[in-house]
Amino acid sequence: MGARRREPVDIAIVDYGRGNLRSVQAALSRAGARPFLTADPAAIAGAAGVILPGVGSFHDAVTSLAGRGFVDALVTYAAGGRPLLGLCLGMQLLFETADEGGSCSGLGLFRGHVARLEGTPRLPHIGWNLVQRRRPSALLDGEAGHFFFVHSYAARGVDDAYLTATTDYGVTIPAVVENGNIMGTQFHPERSGGAGLVLFERFLEVVRRCS
Amino acid sequence: MLCKRIIPCLDLKGGRVVKGTRFKDLRDAGDPAEQAAFYSAEGADELVCLDIAASREGRGPTLRAIERIAENVFIPLTAGGGISTVEDVRATLLAGADRVSLNTQAVLNPGLIAATAEQFGAQCVVVAIDFRAEPGIDGPCAHGQMSDRRASGRWRVYTHGGTVPTELSLVDWARQAVELGAGELLLTSMDRDGTVGGYDLQATAAVAEAVTVPVIASGGAGSPEHIAAALTEGRADAALAASVFHYRKWRIADLKDFLRQRGVPVR
Repeated sequence: MGARRREPVDIAIVDYGRGNLRSVQAALSRAGARPFLTADPAAIAGAAGVILPGVGSFHDAVTSLAGRGFVDALVTYAAGGRPLLGLCLGMQLLFETADEGGSCSGLGLFRGHVARLEGTPRLPHIGWNLVQRRRPSALLDGEAGHFFFVHSYAARGVDDAYLTATTDYGVTIPAVVENGNIMGTQFHPERSGGAGLVLFERFLEVVRRCS
Repeated sequence: MLCKRIIPCLDLKGGRVVKGTRFKDLRDAGDPAEQAAFYSAEGADELVCLDIAASREGRGPTLRAIERIAENVFIPLTAGGGISTVEDVRATLLAGADRVSLNTQAVLNPGLIAATAEQFGAQCVVVAIDFRAEPGIDGPCAHGQMSDRRASGRWRVYTHGGTVPTELSLVDWARQAVELGAGELLLTSMDRDGTVGGYDLQATAAVAEAVTVPVIASGGAGSPEHIAAALTEGRADAALAASVFHYRKWRIADLKDFLRQRGVPVR
């Protein structure tokens, strides 16, 4: 940050009426973005990057996204090659299907299914866990770091080629997925202190390269 | 491996941080946003903000404090105090809290737990329980020799900032709260609160054994040993403290070094 800070880039945060977007917005600003919330699918067409946040249930979120016309808009946006980053439930929404709150379909940008975690010491998985990189990553700047998780469901059957990092909590949990411009983190960068801000800075670097 | 969490608690009154002893004798302990930024820089893993006078004074000052914290501090933030409707939950989350803590209103209206979990997810719901050891409540019994049912009667749940006794026992209410949708439990021993005499390890462990969600120990932290004990013997996933942090008795970084040496995983 500081001397290395570049021109702010316009980042759309998809607002589909669920949860706390203020912290995402504040953290992106701190990382050097010019973030804006939008409930209008047409508005993401003009953004240099898009963040898909989310808390709550998969089914509820997909219903809200679809009801506002975001499902097609996000798939079209991602096909255009510009960066999309899903956070927590927002990452899970990038997958094909889920069985949270009834079986339903996600955006289908990654192969895989979202299911309730089994075999963990406690549930929800809440707290700071060590994220270990498994492949080269645009988002992660080191081999391992602590990030904040709070979730009960996780992606399964993720293509190894796109599984950038994992964390361990009795079972191995996909923590970061990346396929070119389409990315997701199961943890909350906006709540992961300095490590989270660095991740957002790196996302903004990707956005600048794509702009 | 998942780290054990160290959570400074900011008790708020009229938009200021206050700290009392055994829920009384409140003293001013600073500005919430300044305290939050200080703790975040020190390595706190999460912050809990509880408006301890919300029902009497309204939630306005607390929501403003939450907004100021959330805009400047990038660690998890749980807020509570006076939340009695799903609309209160929504307003608290929109102000910038990640999770809400339900206490008195969860006892008076358990449906609030279920409604909040349904709309915002179980991970969003922390049920806070204030309790006091009352060996007489179910007859005196030696630790380790009682049945589950009798053990569950050893601690009584209180509401309204610890002023109103209920007919609920700690372990039974904890189980029920989780069934209704609580994603985490915050257990505060009223006997220990502000005394710096150590957490109630037996109560904390009894709840941790009875439920599958994470448990936060609270009330009585006076030394790094107390925190280590809560996270090992007490089986807590996180330890919350106020006095020892507010008065700068020890630094969080030093505390974490101590815990690491004891083999407790911390960030």
